[in-house]
Amino acid sequence: MSDFVLFDEEFQQIKEVIGRLKMDAQAKVVFIVDKNGQQIAAQGDLESLDTTSLASLTAGNVAATDGLAKLIGEKEFPVLFHEGERDNVYISIVGQRVILVVIFDERSSLGLVRLRVRKATQDLERIFDAIQKKVEEEKERRHEGIDSPFAEITDDDIDSLFRE
Amino acid sequence: MTFINYAAREINCKIVYYGPGLCGKTTNLQYIYDRTNPSAKGKLISLATETDRTLFFDFLPLDLGTVRGFKTRFHLYTVPGQVFYDASRKLILKGVDGVVFVADSQDARMDANVESLQNLEKNLKEHGFDLTTIPYVLQLNKRDLPTALPADELYRQLNYKGEPTFEATAPTGVGVFDTLKAVAKQVLMELRKK
Repeated sequence: MSDFVLFDEEFQQIKEVIGRLKMDAQAKVVFIVDKNGQQIAAQGDLESLDTTSLASLTAGNVAATDGLAKLIGEKEFPVLFHEGERDNVYISIVGQRVILVVIFDERSSLGLVRLRVRKATQDLERIFDAIQKKVEEEKERRHEGIDSPFAEITDDDIDSLFRE
Repeated sequence: MTFINYAAREINCKIVYYGPGLCGKTTNLQYIYDRTNPSAKGKLISLATETDRTLFFDFLPLDLGTVRGFKTRFHLYTVPGQVFYDASRKLILKGVDGVVFVADSQDARMDANVESLQNLEKNLKEHGFDLTTIPYVLQLNKRDLPTALPADELYRQLNYKGEPTFEATAPTGVGVFDTLKAVAKQVLMELRKK
């Protein structure tokens, strides 16, 4: 399985798309997580949020729901919605690879979020396709002898991480 | 599946602690959490039952420091060990970079160890991984118990491919960081090959 690589150019594009989505959907927070629970990008009021935990639990949630879907013969449940007293969470799958999460309160509505997410999903799919292509190109270049930045990690580099 | 973020200059890796029920996977994470500097760790999340048995997973994010200008972040997960949680166990192996198998040293748990190891092999395969090639460490836990089998006997039965093996007593931390270090090292070495 190939690694997931994120370059600065696409990172900025993703941030722009989810920043716009946050505004258009009048959401509090919008973030993107990969299906393994790694946070890719986030926009909004993040200070009061533990985004690392949020990312891991979101991915766990989606994975469990995917498992449920398969059990009953569905391919996936592309949208999950959790309604709370104050805040709501809208989770959707983008391009079968990443998870888009929108947190919103009474200033917005499910209908508005759903509408804006649909538009943003198309933009995000384009960006993730481009990343995929770039990673494959990069891989081919490496076969031609261009070093990865980690080609020269030494035992010492790694040992130094564990020095107290 | 390592996540290399050039924008944030971060490497993110996922390590899964596997093993039979009550072998000490959560205790390993708990000890790491207790002994890690607050600035280097996130919250320890446990999705557990009311009786503190792992229901879905435990999760601990750790920052190990910087390698070649990249922040290395490890996400440690445990699986629920009880046999009937197999569907959940499988989900957690998704995108794994390295596995620690925590074995229970007690004679009475030997069959459970063997069964869990076979289950790991099978579940990895379903995600397209191979236990013979994935970064992997064996931990022989509960060495302090009087019912523990001799380490060499456990090694003979459980060692899969000559992987680094550590004797441990997770509640007091014996062998816990050695295990983590050995698996993290293998994961980072893998990056060198890519």
